[in-house]
Amino acid sequence: MSRRQRIVFAVVLALACALPFLVSNYRTFQFTLVLVYAIALLGLNILTGYNGQISLGHGAFYAIGAYSAAILMDRFGVPYWATLPVAGAVCLVAGFLFGLPALRLEGLYLALATFALGVSLPQLLKYHHFEKWTGGVQGIVITKPDPPFGLALSQDQWLYFFTLVVALGLFWLARNLLRGRVGRALMAIRDHPIAAEAMGIHTAMVKSITFGVSAMYTGIAGALGAIAVQFVAPDSFNIFLSITFLIGIVIGGLASITGALYGALFIQFVPNIADELSKAAPWAIFGVVLIGFVYLLPAGVAGGIRMALARWRAKRQNI
Amino acid sequence: MPLLSVSGVSVHFGGVVALDGVSFGVPSGSILGLIGPNGAGKTTLFNCLSRLYPCDSGDIVFDGRSLLRVPRHGIAALGIGRTFQNLALFRSMTVRENILVGRHCRTRSGFFRNFLRPPGVAREERETSEKAQALIRLLELEAVADARVASLPFGTQKRVELARALAAEPRLLLLDEPASGLNHEEVGALGALVRGIRDRLGLTVLLVEHHMSLVMSISERVVALNFGRKIAEGTPAEVQRDPELIQAYLGSGA
Repeated sequence: MSRRQRIVFAVVLALACALPFLVSNYRTFQFTLVLVYAIALLGLNILTGYNGQISLGHGAFYAIGAYSAAILMDRFGVPYWATLPVAGAVCLVAGFLFGLPALRLEGLYLALATFALGVSLPQLLKYHHFEKWTGGVQGIVITKPDPPFGLALSQDQWLYFFTLVVALGLFWLARNLLRGRVGRALMAIRDHPIAAEAMGIHTAMVKSITFGVSAMYTGIAGALGAIAVQFVAPDSFNIFLSITFLIGIVIGGLASITGALYGALFIQFVPNIADELSKAAPWAIFGVVLIGFVYLLPAGVAGGIRMALARWRAKRQNI
Repeated sequence: MPLLSVSGVSVHFGGVVALDGVSFGVPSGSILGLIGPNGAGKTTLFNCLSRLYPCDSGDIVFDGRSLLRVPRHGIAALGIGRTFQNLALFRSMTVRENILVGRHCRTRSGFFRNFLRPPGVAREERETSEKAQALIRLLELEAVADARVASLPFGTQKRVELARALAAEPRLLLLDEPASGLNHEEVGALGALVRGIRDRLGLTVLLVEHHMSLVMSISERVVALNFGRKIAEGTPAEVQRDPELIQAYLGSGA
Protein backbone atom coordinates (compact mmCIF):
# COMPACT_ATOMS: atom_id res chain seq x y z
CA MET A 1 0.00 0.00 0.00
CA SER A 2 1.12 3.52 -0.68
CA ARG A 3 1.42 6.05 2.14
CA ARG A 4 -1.84 7.70 1.18
CA GLN A 5 -3.65 4.33 1.06
CA ARG A 6 -2.33 3.47 4.52
CA ILE A 7 -3.68 6.72 5.92
CA VAL A 8 -7.09 6.20 4.31
CA PHE A 9 -7.18 2.63 5.60
CA ALA A 10 -6.27 3.72 9.15
CA VAL A 11 -8.94 6.44 9.16
CA VAL A 12 -11.63 4.10 7.83
CA LEU A 13 -10.67 1.43 10.34
CA ALA A 14 -10.79 3.92 13.22
CA LEU A 15 -14.25 5.06 12.09
CA ALA A 16 -15.37 1.45 11.78
CA CYS A 17 -14.24 0.77 15.36
CA ALA A 18 -15.94 3.90 16.70
CA LEU A 19 -19.17 3.26 14.81
CA PRO A 20 -20.96 0.88 17.23
CA PHE A 21 -20.48 3.39 20.07
CA LEU A 22 -22.04 6.21 18.05
CA VAL A 23 -25.18 4.56 16.69
CA SER A 24 -28.03 2.46 18.09
CA ASN A 25 -27.85 -1.30 18.47
CA TYR A 26 -30.17 -1.68 15.51
CA ARG A 27 -27.90 0.41 13.28
CA THR A 28 -24.92 -1.57 14.57
CA PHE A 29 -26.72 -4.74 13.52
CA GLN A 30 -27.27 -3.22 10.06
CA PHE A 31 -23.56 -2.42 9.76
CA THR A 32 -22.76 -5.98 10.79
CA LEU A 33 -24.83 -7.07 7.82
CA VAL A 34 -22.89 -4.63 5.61
CA LEU A 35 -19.69 -6.43 6.62
CA VAL A 36 -21.35 -9.80 6.02
CA TYR A 37 -22.48 -8.74 2.55
CA ALA A 38 -19.05 -7.28 1.84
CA ILE A 39 -17.52 -10.73 2.41
CA ALA A 40 -20.16 -12.38 0.23
CA LEU A 41 -19.63 -9.81 -2.53
CA LEU A 42 -15.88 -10.20 -2.35
CA GLY A 43 -16.41 -13.91 -2.95
CA LEU A 44 -18.63 -13.29 -5.95
CA ASN A 45 -16.27 -10.62 -7.26
CA ILE A 46 -13.32 -13.04 -7.19
CA LEU A 47 -15.35 -15.34 -9.44
CA THR A 48 -17.18 -12.89 -11.70
CA GLY A 49 -15.11 -9.72 -11.59
CA TYR A 50 -11.62 -11.25 -11.59
CA ASN A 51 -12.14 -14.61 -13.26
CA GLY A 52 -15.00 -13.72 -15.62
CA GLN A 53 -17.30 -16.55 -14.54
CA ILE A 54 -20.79 -15.18 -14.00
CA SER A 55 -22.90 -16.55 -11.18
CA LEU A 56 -26.60 -15.93 -10.73
CA GLY A 57 -26.76 -18.45 -7.93
CA HIS A 58 -24.40 -17.33 -5.21
CA GLY A 59 -27.31 -17.04 -2.83
CA ALA A 60 -27.15 -20.85 -2.75
CA PHE A 61 -23.65 -20.83 -1.27
CA TYR A 62 -24.70 -18.13 1.17
CA ALA A 63 -27.56 -20.42 2.19
CA ILE A 64 -25.32 -23.47 2.54
CA GLY A 65 -22.99 -21.46 4.78
CA ALA A 66 -25.91 -20.14 6.83
CA TYR A 67 -27.46 -23.58 7.27
CA SER A 68 -24.10 -25.15 8.12
CA ALA A 69 -23.68 -22.67 10.96
CA ALA A 70 -27.27 -22.97 12.15
CA ILE A 71 -27.32 -26.78 12.12
CA LEU A 72 -23.95 -27.02 13.87
CA MET A 73 -25.05 -24.61 16.58
CA ASP A 74 -28.59 -25.90 16.96
CA ARG A 75 -28.13 -29.68 16.67
CA PHE A 76 -24.53 -30.20 17.71
CA GLY A 77 -23.92 -27.38 20.13
CA VAL A 78 -20.87 -26.14 18.27
CA PRO A 79 -19.78 -22.63 19.38
CA TYR A 80 -20.66 -19.92 16.83
CA TRP A 81 -17.08 -19.00 15.97
CA ALA A 82 -16.18 -22.62 15.21
CA THR A 83 -18.95 -22.86 12.60
CA LEU A 84 -17.18 -20.43 10.27
CA PRO A 85 -14.30 -22.67 9.16
CA VAL A 86 -16.73 -25.57 8.73
CA ALA A 87 -19.15 -23.47 6.67
CA GLY A 88 -16.18 -22.23 4.61
CA ALA A 89 -14.88 -25.76 4.03
CA VAL A 90 -18.31 -27.12 3.08
CA CYS A 91 -18.80 -24.31 0.55
CA LEU A 92 -15.25 -24.64 -0.77
CA VAL A 93 -15.98 -28.25 -1.65
CA ALA A 94 -19.50 -27.52 -2.92
CA GLY A 95 -18.23 -24.65 -5.08
CA PHE A 96 -15.35 -26.71 -6.47
CA LEU A 97 -17.70 -29.58 -7.36
CA PHE A 98 -20.15 -27.20 -9.01
CA GLY A 99 -17.25 -25.50 -10.80
CA LEU A 100 -16.14 -28.74 -12.49
CA PRO A 101 -19.17 -29.22 -14.76
CA ALA A 102 -19.48 -25.43 -15.08
CA LEU A 103 -16.13 -25.48 -16.91
CA ARG A 104 -17.96 -26.52 -20.05
CA LEU A 105 -20.26 -23.51 -19.84
CA GLU A 106 -19.46 -19.95 -20.83
CA GLY A 107 -21.17 -16.62 -20.38
CA LEU A 108 -24.94 -16.81 -20.55
CA TYR A 109 -24.99 -20.61 -20.30
CA LEU A 110 -23.05 -20.46 -17.06
CA ALA A 111 -25.48 -17.77 -15.90
CA LEU A 112 -28.36 -20.16 -16.52
CA ALA A 113 -26.68 -23.09 -14.78
CA THR A 114 -25.92 -21.02 -11.69
CA PHE A 115 -29.44 -19.58 -11.81
CA ALA A 116 -30.74 -23.15 -11.69
CA LEU A 117 -28.65 -23.72 -8.56
CA GLY A 118 -29.89 -20.55 -6.91
CA VAL A 119 -33.51 -21.20 -7.71
CA SER A 120 -33.57 -24.86 -6.69
CA LEU A 121 -31.68 -24.77 -3.40
CA PRO A 122 -34.37 -23.05 -1.26
CA GLN A 123 -36.80 -25.81 -2.23
CA LEU A 124 -34.30 -28.54 -1.41
CA LEU A 125 -33.95 -26.99 2.06
CA LYS A 126 -37.66 -27.56 2.56
CA TYR A 127 -37.42 -31.23 1.57
CA HIS A 128 -39.08 -33.18 4.37
CA HIS A 129 -36.42 -35.89 4.64
CA PHE A 130 -33.91 -33.20 5.63
CA GLU A 131 -36.34 -31.65 8.11
CA LYS A 132 -34.62 -33.28 11.04
CA TRP A 133 -31.64 -30.99 10.44
CA THR A 134 -33.01 -28.07 8.48
CA GLY A 135 -36.26 -27.53 10.36
CA GLY A 136 -38.12 -27.56 7.06
CA VAL A 137 -40.19 -24.50 6.19
CA GLN A 138 -39.91 -23.27 9.79
CA GLY A 139 -36.14 -22.97 9.59
CA ILE A 140 -33.88 -22.82 12.64
CA VAL A 141 -33.74 -20.21 15.37
CA ILE A 142 -30.32 -19.71 16.95
CA THR A 143 -29.26 -17.63 19.91
CA LYS A 144 -27.14 -14.55 19.64
CA PRO A 145 -23.69 -15.00 21.21
CA ASP A 146 -22.75 -13.02 24.30
CA PRO A 147 -19.50 -11.07 24.36
CA PRO A 148 -16.68 -13.18 25.84
CA PHE A 149 -14.20 -12.32 28.63
CA GLY A 150 -16.83 -10.15 30.36
CA LEU A 151 -16.38 -7.39 27.79
CA ALA A 152 -18.71 -4.46 28.42
CA LEU A 153 -20.34 -4.64 25.00
CA SER A 154 -23.88 -5.32 23.89
CA GLN A 155 -24.49 -8.50 21.89
CA ASP A 156 -24.86 -6.43 18.71
CA GLN A 157 -21.65 -4.53 19.37
CA TRP A 158 -19.73 -7.71 20.07
CA LEU A 159 -21.04 -9.40 16.92
CA TYR A 160 -20.12 -6.31 14.91
CA PHE A 161 -16.51 -6.45 16.13
CA PHE A 162 -16.34 -10.20 15.63
CA THR A 163 -17.57 -9.79 12.05
CA LEU A 164 -15.19 -6.89 11.49
CA VAL A 165 -12.19 -9.01 12.49
CA VAL A 166 -13.29 -11.90 10.28
CA ALA A 167 -13.90 -9.49 7.38
CA LEU A 168 -10.48 -7.85 7.80
CA GLY A 169 -8.81 -11.26 7.77
CA LEU A 170 -10.68 -12.42 4.69
CA PHE A 171 -10.04 -9.16 2.84
CA TRP A 172 -6.35 -9.37 3.68
CA LEU A 173 -6.18 -12.94 2.33
CA ALA A 174 -8.06 -11.98 -0.83
CA ARG A 175 -5.79 -9.01 -1.42
CA ASN A 176 -2.73 -11.27 -1.15
CA LEU A 177 -4.25 -13.75 -3.55
CA LEU A 178 -5.37 -11.22 -6.13
CA ARG A 179 -2.20 -9.17 -6.35
CA GLY A 180 0.03 -12.20 -6.84
CA ARG A 181 0.60 -14.95 -9.37
CA VAL A 182 -2.81 -16.54 -8.90
CA GLY A 183 -4.67 -13.23 -9.18
CA ARG A 184 -2.93 -12.48 -12.47
CA ALA A 185 -3.82 -15.96 -13.70
CA LEU A 186 -7.50 -15.34 -12.85
CA MET A 187 -7.55 -12.11 -14.84
CA ALA A 188 -5.59 -13.64 -17.72
CA ILE A 189 -8.20 -16.40 -18.01
CA ARG A 190 -10.97 -13.79 -17.98
CA ASP A 191 -9.29 -11.68 -20.68
CA HIS A 192 -8.08 -14.43 -23.03
CA PRO A 193 -8.41 -18.08 -22.03
CA ILE A 194 -6.46 -19.46 -25.00
CA ALA A 195 -3.51 -17.16 -24.43
CA ALA A 196 -3.68 -17.96 -20.71
CA GLU A 197 -3.24 -21.65 -21.49
CA ALA A 198 -0.38 -20.86 -23.83
CA MET A 199 1.29 -19.10 -20.88
CA GLY A 200 1.11 -22.37 -18.95
CA ILE A 201 -1.97 -21.65 -16.85
CA HIS A 202 -3.97 -24.78 -16.09
CA THR A 203 -7.22 -23.00 -16.94
CA ALA A 204 -9.62 -25.76 -15.93
CA MET A 205 -8.00 -26.31 -12.54
CA VAL A 206 -7.71 -22.60 -11.76
CA LYS A 207 -11.35 -21.97 -12.71
CA SER A 208 -12.67 -24.81 -10.55
CA ILE A 209 -10.59 -23.80 -7.53
CA THR A 210 -11.70 -20.19 -8.03
CA PHE A 211 -15.30 -21.35 -7.94
CA GLY A 212 -14.54 -23.12 -4.68
CA VAL A 213 -12.76 -20.13 -3.12
CA SER A 214 -15.55 -17.82 -4.20
CA ALA A 215 -18.18 -20.10 -2.68
CA MET A 216 -16.07 -20.37 0.49
CA TYR A 217 -16.13 -16.59 0.97
CA THR A 218 -19.84 -16.38 0.32
CA GLY A 219 -20.45 -19.38 2.60
CA ILE A 220 -18.53 -17.83 5.50
CA ALA A 221 -20.59 -14.68 4.95
CA GLY A 222 -23.74 -16.83 5.08
CA ALA A 223 -22.66 -18.33 8.40
CA LEU A 224 -21.94 -14.88 9.87
CA GLY A 225 -25.26 -13.63 8.51
CA ALA A 226 -27.13 -16.51 10.16
CA ILE A 227 -25.45 -15.78 13.50
CA ALA A 228 -26.28 -12.07 13.19
CA VAL A 229 -29.91 -12.57 12.13
CA GLN A 230 -30.34 -15.49 14.60
CA PHE A 231 -32.54 -17.29 12.14
CA VAL A 232 -32.37 -19.26 8.91
CA ALA A 233 -35.31 -20.27 6.74
CA PRO A 234 -35.44 -21.40 3.11
CA ASP A 235 -37.27 -18.29 1.95
CA SER A 236 -34.54 -15.94 3.19
CA PHE A 237 -32.31 -17.34 0.46
CA ASN A 238 -34.44 -17.08 -2.63
CA ILE A 239 -33.12 -16.20 -6.08
CA PHE A 240 -33.53 -12.52 -5.30
CA LEU A 241 -30.58 -12.77 -2.91
CA SER A 242 -28.36 -14.04 -5.74
CA ILE A 243 -29.45 -11.20 -8.01
CA THR A 244 -28.82 -8.74 -5.18
CA PHE A 245 -25.23 -10.00 -4.88
CA LEU A 246 -24.72 -9.49 -8.59
CA ILE A 247 -26.12 -5.95 -8.30
CA GLY A 248 -23.73 -5.38 -5.40
CA ILE A 249 -20.56 -6.28 -7.28
CA VAL A 250 -21.53 -4.30 -10.38
CA ILE A 251 -22.47 -1.18 -8.36
CA GLY A 252 -19.43 -1.54 -6.12
CA GLY A 253 -17.06 -2.16 -9.01
CA LEU A 254 -16.13 -5.36 -10.81
CA ALA A 255 -12.64 -6.71 -10.16
CA SER A 256 -12.18 -4.40 -7.20
CA ILE A 257 -11.56 -5.41 -3.60
CA THR A 258 -12.87 -2.19 -2.07
CA GLY A 259 -15.80 -2.37 -4.48
CA ALA A 260 -17.20 -5.21 -2.34
CA LEU A 261 -17.62 -2.78 0.56
CA TYR A 262 -19.33 -0.09 -1.54
CA GLY A 263 -21.61 -2.70 -3.05
CA ALA A 264 -22.49 -4.00 0.42
CA LEU A 265 -23.42 -0.51 1.63
CA PHE A 266 -25.62 -0.17 -1.44
CA ILE A 267 -27.49 -3.46 -1.10
CA GLN A 268 -27.96 -2.97 2.64
CA PHE A 269 -29.13 0.64 2.71
CA VAL A 270 -30.61 1.60 -0.65
CA PRO A 271 -33.62 -0.76 -0.33
CA ASN A 272 -34.22 0.63 3.20
CA ILE A 273 -34.03 4.22 2.01
CA ALA A 274 -36.33 3.41 -0.90
CA ASP A 275 -38.76 1.88 1.58
CA GLU A 276 -38.74 5.00 3.70
CA LEU A 277 -39.31 7.24 0.69
CA SER A 278 -42.26 5.33 -0.64
CA LYS A 279 -44.13 2.55 1.05
CA ALA A 280 -46.19 2.03 -2.10
CA ALA A 281 -43.43 1.54 -4.65
CA PRO A 282 -40.02 1.06 -2.96
CA TRP A 283 -38.75 -1.07 -5.84
CA ALA A 284 -39.54 1.66 -8.33
CA ILE A 285 -37.34 4.01 -6.29
CA PHE A 286 -34.68 1.32 -5.98
CA GLY A 287 -34.82 0.86 -9.76
CA VAL A 288 -34.36 4.56 -10.41
CA VAL A 289 -31.39 4.75 -8.02
CA LEU A 290 -29.90 1.65 -9.64
CA ILE A 291 -30.20 3.12 -13.12
CA GLY A 292 -28.72 6.35 -11.82
CA PHE A 293 -25.67 4.55 -10.42
CA VAL A 294 -25.14 2.49 -13.56
CA TYR A 295 -25.46 5.59 -15.71
CA LEU A 296 -23.22 7.87 -13.64
CA LEU A 297 -20.67 5.28 -12.50
CA PRO A 298 -20.38 2.75 -15.31
CA ALA A 299 -17.26 1.22 -13.70
CA GLY A 300 -18.93 1.02 -10.29
CA VAL A 301 -18.24 3.16 -7.25
CA ALA A 302 -14.66 1.86 -7.02
CA GLY A 303 -14.07 2.67 -10.70
CA GLY A 304 -15.56 6.13 -10.23
CA ILE A 305 -13.28 6.86 -7.27
CA ARG A 306 -10.27 5.58 -9.23
CA MET A 307 -11.08 7.86 -12.16
CA ALA A 308 -11.73 10.88 -9.94
CA LEU A 309 -8.37 10.34 -8.20
CA ALA A 310 -6.56 10.01 -11.51
CA ARG A 311 -8.16 13.24 -12.76
CA TRP A 312 -7.28 15.04 -9.54
CA ARG A 313 -3.68 13.87 -9.76
CA ALA A 314 -3.38 14.93 -13.41
CA LYS A 315 -4.78 18.34 -12.51
CA ARG A 316 -2.32 18.77 -9.67
CA GLN A 317 0.60 17.90 -11.93
CA ASN A 318 -0.47 20.51 -14.46
CA ILE A 319 -0.48 23.33 -11.94
CA MET B 1 19.45 -33.43 -34.10
CA PRO B 2 16.95 -30.62 -34.67
CA LEU B 3 15.38 -28.98 -31.61
CA LEU B 4 11.95 -29.40 -33.15
CA SER B 5 11.01 -32.03 -35.68
CA VAL B 6 7.67 -32.23 -37.37
CA SER B 7 7.15 -35.57 -39.07
CA GLY B 8 4.27 -36.52 -41.29
CA VAL B 9 1.74 -34.25 -39.58
CA SER B 10 -1.77 -34.30 -41.05
CA VAL B 11 -4.82 -32.36 -39.87
CA HIS B 12 -8.32 -32.60 -41.30
CA PHE B 13 -11.24 -30.32 -40.57
CA GLY B 14 -14.25 -32.30 -41.69
CA GLY B 15 -13.45 -33.09 -45.31
CA VAL B 16 -10.86 -30.33 -45.66
CA VAL B 17 -7.22 -31.31 -45.49
CA ALA B 18 -5.46 -28.49 -43.65
CA LEU B 19 -2.11 -30.26 -43.34
CA ASP B 20 -1.06 -33.26 -45.39
CA GLY B 21 1.97 -35.18 -44.16
CA VAL B 22 4.17 -32.18 -43.44
CA SER B 23 7.72 -32.92 -42.25
CA PHE B 24 10.63 -30.63 -41.46
CA GLY B 25 13.11 -29.93 -38.70
CA VAL B 26 14.14 -26.72 -36.97
CA PRO B 27 17.86 -26.85 -36.14
CA SER B 28 18.78 -25.59 -32.70
CA GLY B 29 19.74 -21.91 -32.69
CA SER B 30 18.38 -21.20 -36.17
CA ILE B 31 15.64 -18.98 -37.53
CA LEU B 32 13.34 -20.95 -39.78
CA GLY B 33 10.77 -19.14 -41.89
CA LEU B 34 7.51 -20.87 -42.72
CA ILE B 35 5.86 -19.35 -45.78
CA GLY B 36 2.98 -20.02 -48.10
CA PRO B 37 -0.11 -18.36 -49.53
CA ASN B 38 -3.23 -17.79 -47.44
CA GLY B 39 -4.78 -21.04 -46.34
CA ALA B 40 -1.57 -22.99 -46.88
CA GLY B 41 -1.73 -24.40 -43.35
CA LYS B 42 0.90 -22.31 -41.59
CA THR B 43 -1.24 -21.19 -38.67
CA THR B 44 -2.78 -24.67 -38.44
CA LEU B 45 0.71 -26.04 -37.95
CA PHE B 46 1.38 -23.44 -35.24
CA ASN B 47 -1.80 -24.40 -33.51
CA CYS B 48 -0.73 -28.04 -33.58
CA LEU B 49 2.53 -27.04 -31.93
CA SER B 50 0.58 -25.22 -29.20
CA ARG B 51 -1.79 -28.20 -28.95
CA LEU B 52 -4.79 -26.04 -29.85
CA TYR B 53 -5.59 -28.50 -32.63
CA PRO B 54 -5.07 -32.24 -32.42
CA CYS B 55 -2.96 -33.91 -35.14
CA ASP B 56 -4.71 -36.72 -36.99
CA SER B 57 -1.44 -38.43 -37.78
CA GLY B 58 2.29 -37.87 -37.54
CA ASP B 59 4.33 -36.66 -34.63
CA ILE B 60 5.90 -33.48 -33.31
CA VAL B 61 9.03 -33.98 -31.25
CA PHE B 62 10.58 -31.17 -29.22
CA ASP B 63 13.93 -31.86 -27.62
CA GLY B 64 13.39 -35.61 -27.79
CA ARG B 65 9.86 -35.51 -26.42
CA SER B 66 6.58 -35.90 -28.29
CA LEU B 67 4.35 -32.89 -27.85
CA LEU B 68 1.22 -34.86 -28.64
CA ARG B 69 1.05 -36.20 -25.12
CA VAL B 70 1.62 -32.83 -23.47
CA PRO B 71 -1.48 -30.84 -22.39
CA ARG B 72 -1.91 -27.31 -23.75
CA HIS B 73 -0.89 -25.67 -20.52
CA GLY B 74 2.25 -27.80 -20.36
CA ILE B 75 3.78 -26.50 -23.59
CA ALA B 76 5.14 -23.25 -22.13
CA ALA B 77 7.00 -25.03 -19.34
CA LEU B 78 8.79 -27.26 -21.89
CA GLY B 79 10.30 -24.11 -23.37
CA ILE B 80 8.03 -23.23 -26.28
CA GLY B 81 6.74 -19.67 -26.37
CA ARG B 82 4.50 -18.12 -28.98
CA THR B 83 2.87 -14.98 -30.27
CA PHE B 84 -0.48 -14.89 -32.04
CA GLN B 85 -1.40 -13.70 -35.49
CA ASN B 86 -4.10 -11.26 -34.36
CA LEU B 87 -2.72 -10.49 -30.90
CA ALA B 88 -3.93 -12.40 -27.87
CA LEU B 89 -3.01 -10.03 -25.08
CA PHE B 90 -4.80 -9.72 -21.75
CA ARG B 91 -6.42 -6.47 -22.75
CA SER B 92 -7.59 -5.09 -19.45
CA MET B 93 -4.20 -5.67 -17.84
CA THR B 94 -1.16 -3.43 -18.02
CA VAL B 95 1.94 -4.10 -20.09
CA ARG B 96 3.80 -5.13 -16.95
CA GLU B 97 1.03 -7.47 -15.81
CA ASN B 98 0.93 -9.13 -19.22
CA ILE B 99 4.64 -9.81 -19.02
CA LEU B 100 4.29 -11.07 -15.44
CA VAL B 101 1.66 -13.59 -16.63
CA GLY B 102 4.25 -14.71 -19.17
CA ARG B 103 6.35 -15.96 -16.25
CA HIS B 104 3.53 -18.11 -14.91
CA CYS B 105 5.14 -21.35 -16.05
CA ARG B 106 8.45 -20.42 -14.39
CA THR B 107 6.90 -19.80 -10.99
CA ARG B 108 5.19 -22.19 -8.61
CA SER B 109 3.14 -20.66 -5.81
CA GLY B 110 -0.51 -21.77 -5.80
CA PHE B 111 -3.74 -20.62 -4.20
CA PHE B 112 -2.86 -21.56 -0.65
CA ARG B 113 0.56 -19.93 -0.58
CA ASN B 114 -0.72 -16.87 -2.41
CA PHE B 115 -3.40 -16.39 0.23
CA LEU B 116 -0.86 -16.35 3.03
CA ARG B 117 2.00 -14.82 1.06
CA PRO B 118 4.87 -16.16 3.17
CA PRO B 119 8.38 -14.72 2.54
CA GLY B 120 9.05 -17.33 -0.15
CA VAL B 121 6.14 -16.08 -2.24
CA ALA B 122 7.12 -12.44 -1.73
CA ARG B 123 10.62 -13.34 -2.93
CA GLU B 124 9.25 -15.15 -5.97
CA GLU B 125 7.14 -12.07 -6.76
CA ARG B 126 10.19 -9.82 -6.47
CA GLU B 127 12.24 -12.00 -8.82
CA THR B 128 9.34 -12.13 -11.27
CA SER B 129 9.06 -8.33 -11.23
CA GLU B 130 12.79 -7.94 -11.84
CA LYS B 131 12.69 -10.30 -14.83
CA ALA B 132 9.68 -8.43 -16.21
CA GLN B 133 11.46 -5.11 -15.77
CA ALA B 134 14.46 -6.42 -17.71
CA LEU B 135 12.17 -7.39 -20.60
CA ILE B 136 10.43 -4.01 -20.47
CA ARG B 137 13.86 -2.44 -20.97
CA LEU B 138 14.91 -4.92 -23.66
CA LEU B 139 11.81 -4.18 -25.74
CA GLU B 140 11.83 -0.45 -24.94
CA LEU B 141 8.44 -0.47 -23.25
CA GLU B 142 9.43 1.70 -20.24
CA ALA B 143 7.17 4.60 -21.21
CA VAL B 144 4.05 2.45 -21.39
CA ALA B 145 4.91 -0.18 -18.75
CA ASP B 146 1.93 0.64 -16.53
CA ALA B 147 -0.57 1.48 -19.26
CA ARG B 148 -3.38 -0.88 -20.15
CA VAL B 149 -2.43 -2.74 -23.32
CA ALA B 150 -5.79 -2.09 -24.99
CA SER B 151 -4.94 1.63 -25.14
CA LEU B 152 -1.64 1.13 -27.00
CA PRO B 153 -0.90 1.28 -30.74
CA PHE B 154 -0.85 -2.02 -32.60
CA GLY B 155 2.91 -2.07 -33.13
CA THR B 156 3.53 -1.56 -29.41
CA GLN B 157 1.08 -4.31 -28.53
CA LYS B 158 3.07 -6.65 -30.77
CA ARG B 159 6.21 -5.83 -28.80
CA VAL B 160 4.31 -6.52 -25.57
CA GLU B 161 3.29 -9.91 -26.89
CA LEU B 162 6.89 -10.67 -27.76
CA ALA B 163 8.01 -9.62 -24.28
CA ARG B 164 5.32 -11.82 -22.73
CA ALA B 165 6.50 -14.81 -24.77
CA LEU B 166 10.13 -14.16 -23.79
CA ALA B 167 9.19 -13.91 -20.11
CA ALA B 168 8.73 -17.70 -20.06
CA GLU B 169 12.39 -18.11 -21.08
CA PRO B 170 11.52 -20.24 -24.11
CA ARG B 171 14.10 -22.17 -26.07
CA LEU B 172 11.87 -22.19 -29.13
CA LEU B 173 9.94 -19.07 -30.06
CA LEU B 174 6.99 -19.36 -32.43
CA LEU B 175 6.16 -16.06 -34.11
CA ASP B 176 2.88 -15.99 -36.01
CA GLU B 177 3.04 -13.16 -38.56
CA PRO B 178 4.90 -10.69 -36.38
CA ALA B 179 5.03 -8.14 -39.23
CA SER B 180 1.32 -8.04 -40.02
CA GLY B 181 -0.15 -4.61 -39.42
CA LEU B 182 3.25 -2.97 -39.01
CA ASN B 183 4.45 -0.11 -41.21
CA HIS B 184 7.58 -0.24 -43.36
CA GLU B 185 9.96 1.12 -40.73
CA GLU B 186 8.54 -1.07 -38.00
CA VAL B 187 9.10 -4.15 -40.18
CA GLY B 188 12.74 -3.23 -40.63
CA ALA B 189 13.19 -2.77 -36.90
CA LEU B 190 11.37 -6.06 -36.22
CA GLY B 191 13.84 -8.01 -38.35
CA ALA B 192 16.77 -6.59 -36.42
CA LEU B 193 14.94 -7.19 -33.14
CA VAL B 194 14.21 -10.87 -33.85
CA ARG B 195 17.80 -11.54 -34.89
CA GLY B 196 19.11 -9.59 -31.91
CA ILE B 197 16.97 -11.50 -29.46
CA ARG B 198 17.91 -14.82 -31.02
CA ASP B 199 21.63 -14.02 -30.75
CA ARG B 200 21.38 -12.59 -27.26
CA LEU B 201 19.19 -15.23 -25.69
CA GLY B 202 20.36 -18.18 -27.80
CA LEU B 203 16.85 -18.97 -29.00
CA THR B 204 15.55 -21.01 -31.88
CA VAL B 205 12.87 -19.21 -33.87
CA LEU B 206 10.09 -20.56 -36.06
CA LEU B 207 8.53 -17.72 -37.96
CA VAL B 208 5.32 -17.68 -39.98
CA GLU B 209 5.29 -14.63 -42.18
CA HIS B 210 3.72 -13.17 -45.30
CA HIS B 211 6.23 -10.40 -45.55
CA MET B 212 8.68 -12.02 -47.98
CA SER B 213 11.57 -9.62 -47.67
CA LEU B 214 11.51 -9.98 -43.87
CA VAL B 215 11.47 -13.79 -44.03
CA MET B 216 14.19 -13.95 -46.64
CA SER B 217 16.43 -11.49 -44.80
CA ILE B 218 16.35 -13.04 -41.34
CA SER B 219 15.75 -16.77 -41.88
CA GLU B 220 18.57 -19.26 -42.28
CA ARG B 221 16.17 -21.81 -43.68
CA VAL B 222 12.74 -21.53 -45.24
CA VAL B 223 9.95 -24.09 -45.55
CA ALA B 224 7.13 -23.36 -48.01
CA LEU B 225 3.65 -24.82 -47.68
CA ASN B 226 0.79 -24.82 -50.14
CA PHE B 227 -2.60 -26.49 -49.71
CA GLY B 228 -1.29 -28.19 -46.58
CA ARG B 229 1.73 -29.78 -48.27
CA LYS B 230 5.37 -28.89 -48.09
CA ILE B 231 6.40 -27.70 -51.54
CA ALA B 232 9.91 -26.41 -50.92
CA GLU B 233 12.61 -26.32 -48.26
CA GLY B 234 16.10 -24.84 -48.20
CA THR B 235 18.02 -21.63 -47.78
CA PRO B 236 16.16 -18.43 -48.72
CA ALA B 237 18.11 -18.25 -51.97
CA GLU B 238 17.26 -21.84 -52.94
CA VAL B 239 13.60 -21.50 -52.08
CA GLN B 240 13.20 -18.25 -54.00
CA ARG B 241 14.27 -20.04 -57.16
CA ASP B 242 11.92 -22.97 -56.61
CA PRO B 243 9.52 -23.21 -59.54
CA GLU B 244 6.69 -24.73 -57.50
CA LEU B 245 6.84 -21.89 -55.00
CA ILE B 246 6.85 -19.25 -57.71
CA GLN B 247 3.82 -20.91 -59.19
CA ALA B 248 2.05 -21.08 -55.85
CA TYR B 249 2.50 -17.37 -55.30
CA LEU B 250 2.05 -16.04 -58.81
CA GLY B 251 -0.35 -18.60 -60.29
CA SER B 252 0.20 -20.96 -63.19
CA GLY B 253 0.38 -18.16 -65.78
CA ALA B 254 3.73 -16.92 -64.48
